[in-house]
Amino acid sequence: MAKTDLSYVRSDMLAPQPAPMTSRNVSGWIRTNLLATPKDVVLTIVAIAVLVSILPGALNWLFVQASWLGSDRSVCATTVQGGVQPDGWHGACWAFVKDRFIQFLFGRYPLDERWRPILVAVMFIALLTPMLIPKVPRKTLNAVLLFIIFPIVAFFLLHGGFGLERVETALWGGLMVTLILSFVGIAVSFPLGTLLALGRRSQMPVIKTLSVTFIEVVRGVPLITVLFMANVMLPLFLPTGWTIDNFLRALVAVSLFSSAYMAEVIRGGLQAIPKGQAEGADSLGLSYWQKMRLIILPQAIKLVIPGIVNTFIGMFKDTSLVSIIGMFDFLNTIRLNFTDTTWITPVTPVTGLIFAGFIYWIFCFSMSRYSAFMERHLDTGHKR
Amino acid sequence: MTDHAIRVSSQKTEKASLLYDPKVRSIFFQILTAAIVVLAVWSISHNVATNLARANIASGYGFLAGRSGFDIGFALIPYSSDGTYGRAILVGLVNTLLIAFTGVITATIIGFIIGIGRLSKNWLIAKLCTVYVEVFRNIPPLLVIFFWYSGVLAFLPVARESWKLPIGMFLNNRGLFFPKPLWGEGAEAIPVALLIGVIITVFVGRWAKKRQMRTGQQFHTIWTGIALIVGLPVLTFLALGAPLSFDFPNAGRFSLSGGSVIAPEFVALYLALSFYTAAFIAEIIRAGIRGVSKGQSEASFALGLQPSQATRLVVVPQAMRIIIPPLTSQYLNLTKNSSLGVAIGFPELVSTGGTTMNQTGQAVEVISIWLVVYLAISIATSLLMNWFNARMALVER
Repeated sequence: MAKTDLSYVRSDMLAPQPAPMTSRNVSGWIRTNLLATPKDVVLTIVAIAVLVSILPGALNWLFVQASWLGSDRSVCATTVQGGVQPDGWHGACWAFVKDRFIQFLFGRYPLDERWRPILVAVMFIALLTPMLIPKVPRKTLNAVLLFIIFPIVAFFLLHGGFGLERVETALWGGLMVTLILSFVGIAVSFPLGTLLALGRRSQMPVIKTLSVTFIEVVRGVPLITVLFMANVMLPLFLPTGWTIDNFLRALVAVSLFSSAYMAEVIRGGLQAIPKGQAEGADSLGLSYWQKMRLIILPQAIKLVIPGIVNTFIGMFKDTSLVSIIGMFDFLNTIRLNFTDTTWITPVTPVTGLIFAGFIYWIFCFSMSRYSAFMERHLDTGHKR
Repeated sequence: MTDHAIRVSSQKTEKASLLYDPKVRSIFFQILTAAIVVLAVWSISHNVATNLARANIASGYGFLAGRSGFDIGFALIPYSSDGTYGRAILVGLVNTLLIAFTGVITATIIGFIIGIGRLSKNWLIAKLCTVYVEVFRNIPPLLVIFFWYSGVLAFLPVARESWKLPIGMFLNNRGLFFPKPLWGEGAEAIPVALLIGVIITVFVGRWAKKRQMRTGQQFHTIWTGIALIVGLPVLTFLALGAPLSFDFPNAGRFSLSGGSVIAPEFVALYLALSFYTAAFIAEIIRAGIRGVSKGQSEASFALGLQPSQATRLVVVPQAMRIIIPPLTSQYLNLTKNSSLGVAIGFPELVSTGGTTMNQTGQAVEVISIWLVVYLAISIATSLLMNWFNARMALVER
């Protein structure tokens, strides 16, 4: 064996090189992320110009100039308009939001009975929180409590009965109405949408045709027409002498409308499940409903969770449309206060709408974040 | 052999009870469902007929020919309160289509810019675009409309203190007043010239493509096309001796007279729907471009294509296949959301139809008109986009 000369192999380690400039410090980061090419320099300058032209003014309007305390319009109006602010003043009127906040939550719900919606809200949070945390056990019991027992209790608490004073639905309002509409819409549209999706993929022509017709007609028209239909035509559909509560009409419209959208989302999931799963279930001798409940739907629904949550978000936003048929949901309750002589100023509408937008945004954004979390949590690695 | 064996064994099995025969069960359930539906429809129509008869409302579409008696603030086709209900509903339909058309174009442009921006390597641009998308996706469109209408446009001055804009335009709380073009004699030739320009461009494009396929020589179709489409009408316009004059709006003491006006309701609805839908379109565009694998652009660079060529010839055609189906549903959403104009009094289909419904009590008929019109728009848009999608689809060998 010939002796090999290894003198070209280094015998001592080299000292580590410093990291490249671009990943070492702030100026490196700026150079790669903001000023990489001449085009990027121009874009950065444009973006900074946009920010400089909007942000200071907006922050000034929202916080610095804003009027925070007060009990009537004078704090939000200039001297010419009959207020205390100097001429040319322009800023947000948070005093208005603060003064009317409770009304934004409950609408015209009687003052003495407001503990009832608060109790319902507490129950709802107490039941929903464990439902949303994956680690908490006993999900079935929780779901039964949340989707079957809770609505019944909540109905009697809010509407009255069993010794509680009756509160007509016409008096309900504010965020409460928005949340009730969304909750019922979600609780109804999920099972109904699943049934419609199964119907659309059914082998039976009659059931398939009915499902397809319902889904396509509802998806083809705006929610407003469905609401008008429920508002004007539901009473006509019933036998003479029967009446149907206005609130119930809106509930029916919102639930049916979102069911059609939910059906399409769930159908997407059903289509993505390989045929072998159904055939495997068949070969094990499972009945149709067993097959769907135990094999197909759990996989299909897991696949389309983002779509389902998007439908929920869409429905939450769409509940604002009930204001057009004269109901006082969150948005409409706020708008109602714009014309109130106690608070009528030029800045009240903008402030109120920004506040409404902020609240809607918080709800929708947290829903979408939660869906992203669930997607990661349920991702068991079967995806390609 | 095995085939035979199976046949023999199947003959041996006893016939299962009819109760467990899938075919029989399926037919039974279908008949049951159909019976329930027929019964429900029958009882509903019976109730409707009874209720309408009690309220003394004649059914049928005869009311459409009656005098409407209400004014419409924004009408593209001639209309007055002496017009018929049918005409009023038609005015609403035209306004709906106008909002849908202008909104779709603007939303696509904004959405495209924001969607590309979110993919930018520039951190600031990407974050700004993300903020835009997250803000607009998570608030109700109705709120955006109110925000523009009673939040922003309400701060416009009254007619007396109108803001003067260039070329004789005025802006106040009644809308944007601009000079109304009055076309002189022979002006009909201009659109004809435009049409001829478009047709010639199409033929030039075909010829250029054929030639490139045959000889490899390229032809500047785009510049030729622009020259034809812009140049021909301009030449016609000049040849006719510029038959165009303007009716300028005049600022009186309390109001403006003359000119054309764009109502603030239209502007609020148009801006709100464009901004709202753009957030969704941006997400679709982003997903579409990210859906094209990186290998595709790398391969096109390896073939020696310029970055712009790689984008135009390789990435965009493939991204379009992912983008078009969800884009179609966003266009339809915008069209359906135009019905929110009723909340700020923009006279679109639901608004004029609603007024008609209140005045005549013909709820069933008006709602049926709404359903038919919106379904027709949905189907027409779907067909158009499906056709476009089929043209864009991957041609597999």
